[in-house]
Amino acid sequence: MRLIMAFLLALIATPLAAQTALPPAPWADRQLADPAQERKAKALMETIRCLTCQSQSIADSNASMAGDMRSQIRERIMAGEQPEAIRTWLIARYGDWVSYEPTAAPILWPLWGAPLLLLGLGLLLLRGRIKRKVRS
Amino acid sequence: MRKLLIWLPLGLFLGFIALFASGLFQPDDRVIHSRLIGQPLPAFTLPAAASDRPPLASAQMATGQPRLLNIFASWCVPCAAEAPQLETLKAAGVPIDAIAIRDARPDVDAFLARYGNPYARIGLDARSAVQIALGSSGVPETFVIDGKGRIAYQHIGDIRADDVPMILEKLRAAQ
Repeated sequence: MRLIMAFLLALIATPLAAQTALPPAPWADRQLADPAQERKAKALMETIRCLTCQSQSIADSNASMAGDMRSQIRERIMAGEQPEAIRTWLIARYGDWVSYEPTAAPILWPLWGAPLLLLGLGLLLLRGRIKRKVRS
Repeated sequence: MRKLLIWLPLGLFLGFIALFASGLFQPDDRVIHSRLIGQPLPAFTLPAAASDRPPLASAQMATGQPRLLNIFASWCVPCAAEAPQLETLKAAGVPIDAIAIRDARPDVDAFLARYGNPYARIGLDARSAVQIALGSSGVPETFVIDGKGRIAYQHIGDIRADDVPMILEKLRAAQ
């Protein structure tokens, strides 16, 4: 009996090295009532980078700060703010780093240009092949 | 032309090797600095985080004299480690305000009783809202605020003993 009790108590124990003493923010892990708003909030959260776990989005991270950011995003979407306005607001604070969505900044031009360049190169190659085949 | 083209894959390969090797030897900087340096503090009004200190509002930070804004939390271990350095700065006559992140008043009271209380005012930011508005990415962080209430400098991580002269220099520069 005592063993079972100890086991049951261990199940509800809180981790010692928690990042906070508080319960998660109200909207951190709770969906918005309006499905359209929730969809907008979720799409934004998936492209905002977590500051604590830097290779995860805030939608994927369990860090307390990511939870607070999720809650804030849901609250602001609920208040009628546009997702892109929230993204701009965050970028003004943390830089382009915080967004996974590529921008049109000059440093990213090669990223946008590469597909076109490769497609052009492929077409050129194809044309050469077809010409050779026709000639033979 | 065709003869030269044959070397292209090898050239590309060596290019990638050089890229990866330089990435290996460059120290990885994972610190995210706030973009608000040089700009006014975002407006905020926070409730009191400790029983014996007044609450904090952004308007109270523009006093004509540079001051420190320390971002800390009672659950944060490096925050305890920087407490002696904050005491040194306070002894040097630096006014220090603080924001306690994701905290509760009894925890803040216990933390201050144990590690000392160098703060003039302490605001409670229970949902990290002000922390996010400041572009701060963790605890502890310390902002140097100039006399007009603008952010002059952001120190990320705990203030070590050998950082103190640098912080004092930044405060002088913000005069």
